Amino acid sequence: MPKRVITLTVNGETHEVAVEPWWTLLYTVREELGLTGSKEGCGTGDCGACSMLLDGRLVTSCIVLAVEADGCQVTTIEGLAQGGQLHPVQQAFVEKGAVQCGYCIPGMVMAAYDLLRRQPDPTLEEVRLALAGNLCRCTGYTKIYEAVLAAAERMRLEGARG
Amino acid sequence: MRPFAHFAPRSLDEALDIFRREGEGGRPLAGGTDLVVQLKEGGHKFPYPRYLVSLRRLPELKALGWHEDQGLRLGAGLTMAEVASNGWVRQRYPALADGAGLVGSRQTMNMATVGGNVCNAAPSADTAPPLLALEAQARIVGPQGERLLPLEEFWLGPGQTVLRHGELLTEFLLPPPLPRSASLYRRHTPRQQMDIAVVGVAVAVALDDGGRTLKKVRIALGAVAPTPIRARRAEEALEGQAPSPEAIARAAAIAQEEARPISDVRGSAALRRHLVGVMTERLLREAIERARRG
Repeated sequence: MPKRVITLTVNGETHEVAVEPWWTLLYTVREELGLTGSKEGCGTGDCGACSMLLDGRLVTSCIVLAVEADGCQVTTIEGLAQGGQLHPVQQAFVEKGAVQCGYCIPGMVMAAYDLLRRQPDPTLEEVRLALAGNLCRCTGYTKIYEAVLAAAERMRLEGARG
Repeated sequence: MRPFAHFAPRSLDEALDIFRREGEGGRPLAGGTDLVVQLKEGGHKFPYPRYLVSLRRLPELKALGWHEDQGLRLGAGLTMAEVASNGWVRQRYPALADGAGLVGSRQTMNMATVGGNVCNAAPSADTAPPLLALEAQARIVGPQGERLLPLEEFWLGPGQTVLRHGELLTEFLLPPPLPRSASLYRRHTPRQQMDIAVVGVAVAVALDDGGRTLKKVRIALGAVAPTPIRARRAEEALEGQAPSPEAIARAAAIAQEEARPISDVRGSAALRRHLVGVMTERLLREAIERARRG
């Protein structure tokens, strides 16, 4: 069977990509489109390092087949910063020291970004639940939660871009 | 992953045609949160498929509608997030909102479907006890036409269902809840999220008009038998009775007897049996209290 050509709109830019049916969305975005911000951790949808938005919904792209995303809008970590300026969630992670080795952070930021679009004023408990599918083996999570709450506050003050 | 072919039909008829044309060796693909992981791990639970048929773009599997006499139509292709946040489900079938809202992470809930959870046939599936307690029927469509099956008859064992090659579970039908009724689902897990039920219990109760006796009781148990089960003798022991603490405790003890748990990494058979008693008693009390408040 020849490869199938699918259309993916990634961070606003439309691509036609030839994929095998068994390629994942994560593999396709990283290896074919060269967007290597999203990471592969477990490869089985448990750790969240590969989190991205698929038609506006947070998914673990390591268990999404690329062919299933044909015609969809994808937002990856590379799509958050605008005009050379970090998104408030990213900025808060930097300022709060929420990053150690960094491998989980693109997924953490995407999950936090997704939460704050749905719930601009979350409690600590809501942040913890929203990030339950994102594992970090360095930080112990405390600084990550602080960063998300700080980002929420800043975004509310700024009435910032979602 | 090893190679397979992938088809992306746009309608139920087209999907059924593909299974008919391609023959054995195909599997339907819904949210993929179980299937894709199993493919990556080599497909130990079933023969590695020759082809997948995506259900993502079938409008028939996204049905969602409420009718006062007929109840709720719930498409098998709705995601856990869609089910858990739906107003009809939350208001009239809260046990199902409880179950769907517990499946994995936010990411999982955005991908996994209620039909996939049922067809995967894990004894611990979090939507299974709620659907059983709410008396869901499953609509199955295949080459020989369609049939409507009480969900209780859908599972044959772990990973095993009545679905034959080329048949698809398209939707669930849930009868309208009685007046003065309530339902809920809880599971026991060591962690709050990202875990699999050691035991799951769903109850649905309805009080009579005076609120003095139990008109209807449904109790469903997960992860304590080869399939999700109803605790029918416990239900019968309580129906028609006044909801006294003694009657509730007796029903919970009967539910314990009806459970057929095994010991595994998540818990011993003895722990599971203990939990069935504690959880059934607590849930019945809470459901009756909610039904009273209306």
